[in-house]
Amino acid sequence: MSAATRTAPAATKAPDTAPRKVRRRNAGLGLVAWLVGIVFVLPVLWMALTSLHSEADAATNPPSLAAPLTLDGYREFFGAGGGPSPWFSLANSMTASVVSTLFVLLLALPAAYALSIRPVKKWTDVLFFFLSTKMLPVVAGLLPIYLFAKSSGTLDNIWLLVVLYTSMNLPIAVWMMQSFLAEVPAALIEAAQIDGARLPVILTRVVAPIAMPGIAATSLICFIFSWNEMLFARVLTGVIAQTAPVFLTGFITSQGLFLAKVCAASLVISLPVLAAGFAAQDKLVQGLSLGAVK
Amino acid sequence: MRAWVTRAPLLPALVFLIIVTQLPMVATLVISVFDWNALYPEARSFAGLANYAEVLGDPELRKSVFTTILLTVTVVLTSLVLGMLLALLLDRRFKGRGAVRTMLIAPFLLVPVAAALLWKHVLYNPEYGLFNGVLHWILGDGATQPDWVAEMPLGAVEASLVWQWTPFMMLILLAGLQSRPMDAVEAAWIDGAGAWQVFRYITLPHLRRYLELGALLGTVYIVQNFDAVFTITSGGLGTANLPYTIYQTFYQGHEYGLASAAGVLVVIGSIIIATLALRVVSSLFREEARS
Repeated sequence: MSAATRTAPAATKAPDTAPRKVRRRNAGLGLVAWLVGIVFVLPVLWMALTSLHSEADAATNPPSLAAPLTLDGYREFFGAGGGPSPWFSLANSMTASVVSTLFVLLLALPAAYALSIRPVKKWTDVLFFFLSTKMLPVVAGLLPIYLFAKSSGTLDNIWLLVVLYTSMNLPIAVWMMQSFLAEVPAALIEAAQIDGARLPVILTRVVAPIAMPGIAATSLICFIFSWNEMLFARVLTGVIAQTAPVFLTGFITSQGLFLAKVCAASLVISLPVLAAGFAAQDKLVQGLSLGAVK
Repeated sequence: MRAWVTRAPLLPALVFLIIVTQLPMVATLVISVFDWNALYPEARSFAGLANYAEVLGDPELRKSVFTTILLTVTVVLTSLVLGMLLALLLDRRFKGRGAVRTMLIAPFLLVPVAAALLWKHVLYNPEYGLFNGVLHWILGDGATQPDWVAEMPLGAVEASLVWQWTPFMMLILLAGLQSRPMDAVEAAWIDGAGAWQVFRYITLPHLRRYLELGALLGTVYIVQNFDAVFTITSGGLGTANLPYTIYQTFYQGHEYGLASAAGVLVVIGSIIIATLALRVVSSLFREEARS
């Protein structure tokens, strides 16, 4: 299933058929790939280095590579200098991302089941309806949601974001899980039925083990999208329910020399996504391409 | 009765989605025919299609339509081409391929706001940004020190987005390349086909649906981009795209009617794009169902 294991047979075959000229060119092109890779990752590495410099060393031209390292930027970010503490925003982001992901699973799993394992009539139409809601620009529905929040007193309330993030990720989750559940062989389910297994047993013993990696990938992507979201969060939250991305944009305008702190903050806030993404690279692609790339 | 048993699991998701996403759209449609400024709530009145006329006649808004199209097309096409070149490079065997892939994914995993801040302050800043620092290193003290965002505002936004989205395109196309039937490629080698011929007649046709998928998903996300425009230029210097303009019209301008009319027009535009896009997806889907 993973991209890496897929290439293995082709890759080991390559030296047999490819002429030596091709192999030497591969090494040369490998060097090019390394260079491009370094160019792409350099800004992130530079940000990491800057986050470890003092503010004075961070803002020099030409840039200083050898400046002494310090954790001051991180201390500042976590509120050592008397600034606002990011813990509330990080906790809000965690709540919004984790709870909305759980809600998505709760709603999407039965729907995906109805669309793949025991498909309803015209199930492709239903699937397309789900996807079509994702194509409508978020910004076009923002004003009524804002007005609703204002009149119902849910402005600056994290649970409003939980509901919105659930609706934002639900269509993608239904699509992904439909394609993952469709991988469960029908014969397997029938065999279990003949053996007299009831629905709960079939779901937990037959369907769940096969669909689990897909469910994990779906959860990961829902988490990342919720964690990254800023437009809803910016318009609908203020002080109490502020999320991490909003916090990040908040403290840049008010202060003067802030480069190391901004870098530290950006990295800390990106950390959950970076860690999850690196750990599950293949799952991420498969999920983002709505399960179409297998 | 049986039909309802199979349909029941669908209902919670469907009902929830209709309430949370479709109702606001209907409300937007209703608000769009009112003359409604939040600062003068008592002056709210029915305006018919006047808001639409104003939106279409407003040069600023027309410009943001143009900016949205330009931004989306530039970013999607550039990152698609770069992503394909990178995918072709990474499809070969070389030392440290896994490491290079991991390095390339990093930009895509940074939180979008963090990435935008990185470009604006750490790279573009005219006084201590890395770009000008490198120019200083290479050219010495008399080096030119351009103010990147002021001199090429839209280009600055586009460059940061291309940097973020090229890895995504690369990942999708790499997965496409690795599902390519190798026996056809080997047969072509044996028949004496050159690298270009293999690419043109075997690889490219095979990649077509992956290219379409990348373009579709990239378009859906970049048309709606808010973070980069908001952070890097605050919509200034001719970089305001539609999401940013609508955000400003209602959030800072308090022009609810106008913002809604603009929103409805964006939806109409999106429906046109989405209809084309869904056709692409459904063709993809049929192929998948057949295989």
